[in-house]
Amino acid sequence: MILIQRLRASLGDTTLLLLVLGLSLFGVAMVYSAGQLDVPDPAVQWVWKKQLLFLGVSVFVFLVVTRIQVRWFEWAAVPAYVIGTALLALTLVIGRGYGTAQGTKSWIDLGPILVQPSQFAILATILMLARVTGNWREPPRSLWTLITPVMLVLVPMGLVMLQPDLGTAMVFTAILLAVLYWAGTPLGLMFMLVSPVVGLLLSFNAGLFSIHMVLLVVFLYFYRAYLWEGVTVVAANLAAGTIALPLWNSLAGYQKARLLVFLDPSIDPRGAGWHVIQSRVAIGSGGPFGKGFTLGSQKRLAFLPEQHTDFIFSVIGEEFGFFFGTFPVLLVFGLILWRITRIAERVPDPFAGIVVFGIFGAWFAHVVVNIGMTVGIMPITGIPLPFLSYGGSFLLASYLALGLVQRIAAEQGRM
Amino acid sequence: MHLFHPHARRRRAQGALAVLALGLGTLGFAFFETQVLKNDTYALQSDANRLRPLPIPPPRGSIFDRNGEILADNVPGYALSLLPGPPDTVRAALERLAPLLGLTPARIDALMARRRRAPGQPLVVSTDLTFEQVSAIEERRLFLPGVYIDMRPKRRYPDGAAVAHLLGYVGEISEDELARPEFEGYSAGQVIGKTGIERRYERTLGGTPGVRYVEMDAHGRIVGEYAPRRVVAPVPGEDLRLHVDLDLQRWIAKIFPDTMRGAIVAVEPGTGHVLAMYSNPSFDPNLFVGGIDPEVWRRLNEDPAKPLLNRATDGTYPPGSTFKLVTAAIAMELGVLDPDQPMQIPCRGGMQYGNRYFRCWERSGHGYLTLPDAIKVSCDVYFYQVGLKIGLERFLSEGTRLGFASASGVDLPSEKSGIFPDGPRWYRRRWGWDPTQAEVLSLAIGQGANDQSPLRMAQLYAALAGNGRVMAPRIAADDDGSERRWDLGWGDEILEPLLEGIRRVTIPNGGGTAGMSALEHWDWRGKTGTSQNAHGDDHAWFVGMAGPRGGKPEIVVAVLLEFGQHGWVAAQYAAKTADYYLRRKYGMPTDTVQTLMEHYRAGRPARWAQ
Repeated sequence: MILIQRLRASLGDTTLLLLVLGLSLFGVAMVYSAGQLDVPDPAVQWVWKKQLLFLGVSVFVFLVVTRIQVRWFEWAAVPAYVIGTALLALTLVIGRGYGTAQGTKSWIDLGPILVQPSQFAILATILMLARVTGNWREPPRSLWTLITPVMLVLVPMGLVMLQPDLGTAMVFTAILLAVLYWAGTPLGLMFMLVSPVVGLLLSFNAGLFSIHMVLLVVFLYFYRAYLWEGVTVVAANLAAGTIALPLWNSLAGYQKARLLVFLDPSIDPRGAGWHVIQSRVAIGSGGPFGKGFTLGSQKRLAFLPEQHTDFIFSVIGEEFGFFFGTFPVLLVFGLILWRITRIAERVPDPFAGIVVFGIFGAWFAHVVVNIGMTVGIMPITGIPLPFLSYGGSFLLASYLALGLVQRIAAEQGRM
Repeated sequence: MHLFHPHARRRRAQGALAVLALGLGTLGFAFFETQVLKNDTYALQSDANRLRPLPIPPPRGSIFDRNGEILADNVPGYALSLLPGPPDTVRAALERLAPLLGLTPARIDALMARRRRAPGQPLVVSTDLTFEQVSAIEERRLFLPGVYIDMRPKRRYPDGAAVAHLLGYVGEISEDELARPEFEGYSAGQVIGKTGIERRYERTLGGTPGVRYVEMDAHGRIVGEYAPRRVVAPVPGEDLRLHVDLDLQRWIAKIFPDTMRGAIVAVEPGTGHVLAMYSNPSFDPNLFVGGIDPEVWRRLNEDPAKPLLNRATDGTYPPGSTFKLVTAAIAMELGVLDPDQPMQIPCRGGMQYGNRYFRCWERSGHGYLTLPDAIKVSCDVYFYQVGLKIGLERFLSEGTRLGFASASGVDLPSEKSGIFPDGPRWYRRRWGWDPTQAEVLSLAIGQGANDQSPLRMAQLYAALAGNGRVMAPRIAADDDGSERRWDLGWGDEILEPLLEGIRRVTIPNGGGTAGMSALEHWDWRGKTGTSQNAHGDDHAWFVGMAGPRGGKPEIVVAVLLEFGQHGWVAAQYAAKTADYYLRRKYGMPTDTVQTLMEHYRAGRPARWAQ
């Protein structure tokens, strides 16, 4: 009895663990289904076995990580961050593409396996950010205070964007916001921080951009921002509005196409719009109750691209429908993320709490961007879905993160 | 307040949960909308994605002869088609198929041109695959996206060349044809009758294509038949029965001299039923099934003997002496000829008219002749004088009124009208000169500006055999044709001397031009013709009618042999045709020795001819 209790305690939040393990096994089943095509594709047919192997390795790594004290992670944050960033830089030199992202340099080829360093860099960045912002003793009062965490994110994020991997860059943004939020940054300050990005997006319409600028100035007045702060923010917004066009022109053709297609997939149904249209058709034709496990015709007939990686959720939607597929899976993700915020809430240590919430931010971004992409409410960015998409690096990194969360929960969470 | 006070953490967690609920709620709503509310739309799109409608060609109706023998039917054939796709894809597929099907680059180009005309339709590459080709392609199926093979009925003409001009042939509908109102409701890729009976009765024979759906993957590979979607079965074409006697048709094809060009038409007098229609040289209509090879097509088209031309309907020639009956009838109608009285000028091998001497074909001359005897020996001098009695203007107007400038109205898609001037002005319009009275001399003996097809001449003699009236020639049994009757309006007083004349032509050893064509068992009469030809030897004509002794004629045969030189040559084939038909009709054994000449040649006694 005592033994079981101790075991449970050492594993942290068992509900969370069971949810994640269940989701992962369901993921292997879906990867198996993704390989069931009418005209079999040898590259996809057997990957479920590899995924099962990766899951075994990941669970082992998870168990190892839960044995390591949180203080060690705090200590390891700086070296991990340095190594992670260095690996990202190295990837730019020797990296190669894979899957949807053939043209990018996101993977390092280690012979039998491909490793995606950005997945580990995300974890290292979370640790590093937690270490820096965890030391705050009072809420940051000006943008100046935020300069360090912002720079810490911008370096790996910039390297990732050079690969180029827009999706992972979005995850870095999500991490920064999550960490700053949990570290106690006032919302107004965070708004000032992100306002240039909003300005950048709105700059394609002169009217919207003008309204944005007026509201920004009004906000700065009532928020009683420092003068230099206000000037900086307005200047940054104006700069964002100005560089929007050159920035757009500097994007690669496929990136532009993906963004344009996000706005209207029908402009290029055979090319860039193909993914979105076919994914939506797969999900929509799945209906309320689905076509049955392995029986999705969109998938079977190869209309659905990347069905085992980025578009695994479309397979779920097609084969299990809304009530047996997409809704329950969304619910499970909701439960997982809720359990993580619950742990973050119960952890008194700033570093530990920020790490847990950083991981929340990363996973939440993955879920929203990936699932949103399959149904066409997010642009196609090629980032995987945690625990469901096929991919060793990401699964391992996810379980590493889970190990960290569970260790923190076991050590400090009084679960 | 402490930054990580439990209350602060709780507040932040609540904020985070609100964002989480908002994010996942938005996603949940998006999926609810896509999967539950718009399911129908997407289910349709998913079907449209993978299901391709393919036409199921209907089996064409079979064609039978009057005795129920098969002239055209269908056999199962393997057809290979390519699904519609971008030009590059289709060309790549064709190039991969080339070694398997033996496609030449020219053939690929032709197929690509066909694809361009109907880009949305499956492209039929071949309808005539061998079993080996089918299995070779099935093995490579994965590498041949968009290729599908199906069984479809294939047209077969068991008698091939013997019935080619009569039946015509089938082929894929062309762009021009699609645009015509005649083919309203047809779509590209459909097989239609191109010529002959196949074309004329396309609406009867053709049927309506059905539709089936196949499931296709994103790479254009056919994965299987899609059963749940309703298959629309094709409506088979209706069978067609012809008046034609296939045995007679075969017999004609057999006896027709291989090296000669010409035509033989056999018609039933009174009814106008076409018993046989053969044109030589012929071609094998089976070559056209599934798309004719361009090289074969080129050869058929460039052949100087014009095998594709149906000489029975589309070949027109001066009718020569066979037309003399018309000359005589016109004169009698006008009251300028007494059939029992000889002409003023006896035949001395020719006659002077104006500053020209017009020869008779018989240099030694015929002397004084009555009409029946003039017909019997085909005396030109006699008919020159008949022509002069009529006069050019009257001859032309009467001939035109009788219908020699029109077509017979046979149920075939194409038929050449006869050529006959409607008056002296016709010559100026056509050739730029005015005719003199001397022109009537040529016309009176069936030469000059008068061209008639063998079918038209057969119809004329059928009218002679039927009290001056005959229906339009009809090939198919379901064509009524009664409104297209041809009434010459000649009474017995006109017909009797004419029929007596042509009876004398074939009296054995009677001195007529075709005495050697006499038949043992039948009343056989007819008229020879030799039409002058500027391009070489004269064309030989014979138009005759036969029936039981003392009875009415039951078959009229017209024979034309290009460059045949003498009408009596043609008479042999006409007599053999009539004899074969009547022997079979009356249950007598057939024989290859039929005419008097053949009896002599075979050394057989012909006591009946004494």
